[in-house]
Amino acid sequence: MSSVCEKELVLIEPARRGSREAFESIVKMYMKNAYFTALGLVGNRDDALELSQEAFILAYRNIKQLKPNRSFFPWFYQILRNVCFSHLRKTRNRRSQSLEKLEEQRPVADVDDSFMPDVVAERNENKDRVWKAIGKLDKKHREVIILRHFQNLSYEQMAQIIFCSRGTVMSRLYYARQRLKELLSTEKGGD
Amino acid sequence: MACEDYKDLMMGYLDEELSAEQIRQFEEHLTTCKQCTAQLQEFRQLKAITDQMTLVEPEDRLWQQYWDGIYNRTERGIGWIIFSVAAILLTIYGGFKAIEALIIDPTVGLLLKAAMLALLVGLAILFVSVLRERIFFWTKDRYKDVRR
Repeated sequence: MSSVCEKELVLIEPARRGSREAFESIVKMYMKNAYFTALGLVGNRDDALELSQEAFILAYRNIKQLKPNRSFFPWFYQILRNVCFSHLRKTRNRRSQSLEKLEEQRPVADVDDSFMPDVVAERNENKDRVWKAIGKLDKKHREVIILRHFQNLSYEQMAQIIFCSRGTVMSRLYYARQRLKELLSTEKGGD
Repeated sequence: MACEDYKDLMMGYLDEELSAEQIRQFEEHLTTCKQCTAQLQEFRQLKAITDQMTLVEPEDRLWQQYWDGIYNRTERGIGWIIFSVAAILLTIYGGFKAIEALIIDPTVGLLLKAAMLALLVGLAILFVSVLRERIFFWTKDRYKDVRR
């Protein structure tokens, strides 16, 4: 995903010069990655579609910032994650404000009920529980879980697109999985 | 090294991302540490579930219409910009014509004409002030390039 293939290079230059056709081809090349990554970050289909498209629109407007001979997806991913995280922040603020109105003191997680298990294929009880728990992780931990398990990225690729070292990827994965285990065992204990 | 120092290696081991030397180092630690062995087993069980998980593939229709959605939204954005510019120009022109007609109309009293002139001057001052403030803050904003 992160290596610059020849087909992509041929498209990036005209896209940088404003060619809509070239950009359309780039979108078609990466739309599935963008949609599923957004789905993993925000947890529901409508938002994932809306936000991934919004990220492509922002990418189109700022495509000149993409340096020549650089791969599209790592650059685009920065836009996509900013759009998704910003959406999560707004959702959390809205929910927090409505909770304040109700004078409830419960702490608000990044996402919880919006992570609907109906987006998981071949569902079973275990998968539903894990998906709901992924939705309760904080966004940086959720991000590494999604990139590793749902996008099948290597540590090297993850480090490249989230701008950190390989060591940070491993450490973040450790704490993400540790938290996931805790959430699952708490839930089990509560049942 | 303490167990804490092996947590990163444990992830690499689990995901098969370690070099031969790192694998040897970690397996050596496992032989002497029951705690890490148990933890690795728990992580393996969790990974077994997450590895089986895939997300529902949307209908083909969504992919077929995906680009259209983007194209329509960019086109709409351009449409709104043109519409807004035209609306502003028409409002300015219409306002100018209406005021011109009011000023040259001999039946309109001097007080009304003066009030209209004051209103226009006030609006112009407000507009310039807001514009200047926006430009000032934009040029001085140290965080404008920070990704939010």
